[in-house]
Amino acid sequence: MEISLQEIVFFILAAVIVVCSVLAVTTKRILRSATHLLFVLFATAGIYFQLNYSFLGAVQLTVYAGGIIVLYVFSILLTSPEGDHAEKLMRGKFFAGLVAALAGAAVCIFIMVTHSFGAYRIIPGEIPMKEIGHALMGTERYQYLLPFELISVLLLACIVGGIMIARKR
Amino acid sequence: MFDFAVVTEWVDGLLRSWLPESWAVLAEFFLIGLCLLLAYAVIALVLILAERKVCAYFQCRLGPNRVGPWGLTQSVADMFKMLIKELIQVRHVDNFLFNLAPYIVIISSVLAFGCIPYAKGLEIIDFNVGIFFLLAVSSIGIVGILLAGWSSNNKYSLIGAMRSGAQMISYELSIGLSILTMVVFSGSMQLSTIVESQADGWFLFRGHIPAFIAFIVYLIAGTAETNRGPFDLPEADSELTAGYHTEYSGMHFGFFYLAEFLNMFIVASVAATLFLGGWMPLHIPGWEGFNAAMDWIPSIFWFIGKVAVMIFIIMWFKWTFPRLRIDQLLRLEWKYLLPLNLCNLLLMVIVVVFNLHF
Repeated sequence: MEISLQEIVFFILAAVIVVCSVLAVTTKRILRSATHLLFVLFATAGIYFQLNYSFLGAVQLTVYAGGIIVLYVFSILLTSPEGDHAEKLMRGKFFAGLVAALAGAAVCIFIMVTHSFGAYRIIPGEIPMKEIGHALMGTERYQYLLPFELISVLLLACIVGGIMIARKR
Repeated sequence: MFDFAVVTEWVDGLLRSWLPESWAVLAEFFLIGLCLLLAYAVIALVLILAERKVCAYFQCRLGPNRVGPWGLTQSVADMFKMLIKELIQVRHVDNFLFNLAPYIVIISSVLAFGCIPYAKGLEIIDFNVGIFFLLAVSSIGIVGILLAGWSSNNKYSLIGAMRSGAQMISYELSIGLSILTMVVFSGSMQLSTIVESQADGWFLFRGHIPAFIAFIVYLIAGTAETNRGPFDLPEADSELTAGYHTEYSGMHFGFFYLAEFLNMFIVASVAATLFLGGWMPLHIPGWEGFNAAMDWIPSIFWFIGKVAVMIFIIMWFKWTFPRLRIDQLLRLEWKYLLPLNLCNLLLMVIVVVFNLHF
């Protein structure tokens, strides 16, 4: 069987995603868990780069790896004492989690099996940045100005709420 | 002007004639990686020597002068010392994170290093979102520093890491906004296009006032981003021994050290690329003879020269100003640089829309 270089890279990235996702939920220490999550996000960004969608890959790196994970690590540093280990799971909780995970996996697999994906191909060349910008800022069909603005209002509300909680009285 | 694409295409053709397609690509990956790491190490050695010499002259000393003529091989000797030192196993640390942290820091720095256009035809990673990618990968380094500080199980390290994290997150905003100002001006995020479009005048001169403000802000924020003096409080030696890398020894410490110097190089070369034209020679529209004479100097020398000037300015900062306090540092960013930057972005948009630039 002939495997192309692209496929090898894809399988490596997929393996990293699977292994690190499992490690992220099985490890006992919360900061290690955050680090494994970081690797999952890196590998996802790698898949975006492989698909030649470098804008989404860079967004993934800067928002998730550089932003969200730093936020997680910061809050862990501020809140959890040294040598903090997760307590052992109760039996009921463990099974509830297992059932929820299996149900989620079943839904995902069902959708993946029934949905008809387009032809398997990697588009050569990158999508021009202008096109992405117009799609984000346009008001026509398949353009996303309204969701974009809604999210910015949501974020503003979050900031105001954060200041309200944190301010000194 | 000599185009380095001639060399790289020749190597590419040679490899393709010997090997099947995919193996040739793989071999090229390894070759490029090797060249990149080699350049990374050599530039770090040069920078360490330069830092020590510049510091010495600022303080009316001689600096390294025993090993080799003018102390030139001092940093090579230091490198070998660092390489053969023992990696000390610290007890009561989270071993996995402790050993991982230096690699995260160095990988983020090497990735950013790979984006820079060095000379005509010498670009390794040239996405159409190039400058954004560079910002994205350089923001990963913070995670490494935070992990290093936490996993060392040492109060000084933790304080250093927290300071560093707060500082880098804050100043990343200023860096992002000042780069955005220049992206608005150039109309492209691809680094090669940015350099090409400065052929008839560098952006610092063509963008006049807003470009100049963005340049100053970028320099201040870039110095802070690399944790260098006067913003070096994450590793303030007199307060925190060595900050987040106190517990590290041998080459793991070396990685932090290398990444710090190379981040300075990356900041300097991004400043050179965005504002001073990268490898583009100094061109003045209308002066044909002058432009031809400038073209005669190879592009790589232009790049190195500009970066050297920027690095000298950053070092000058370090040995001139005293260290800031953490509250002063954050006030400088949030109360002065950020509003200034936002106004400047608006000014740049006005300049571009009404075509007020040269």
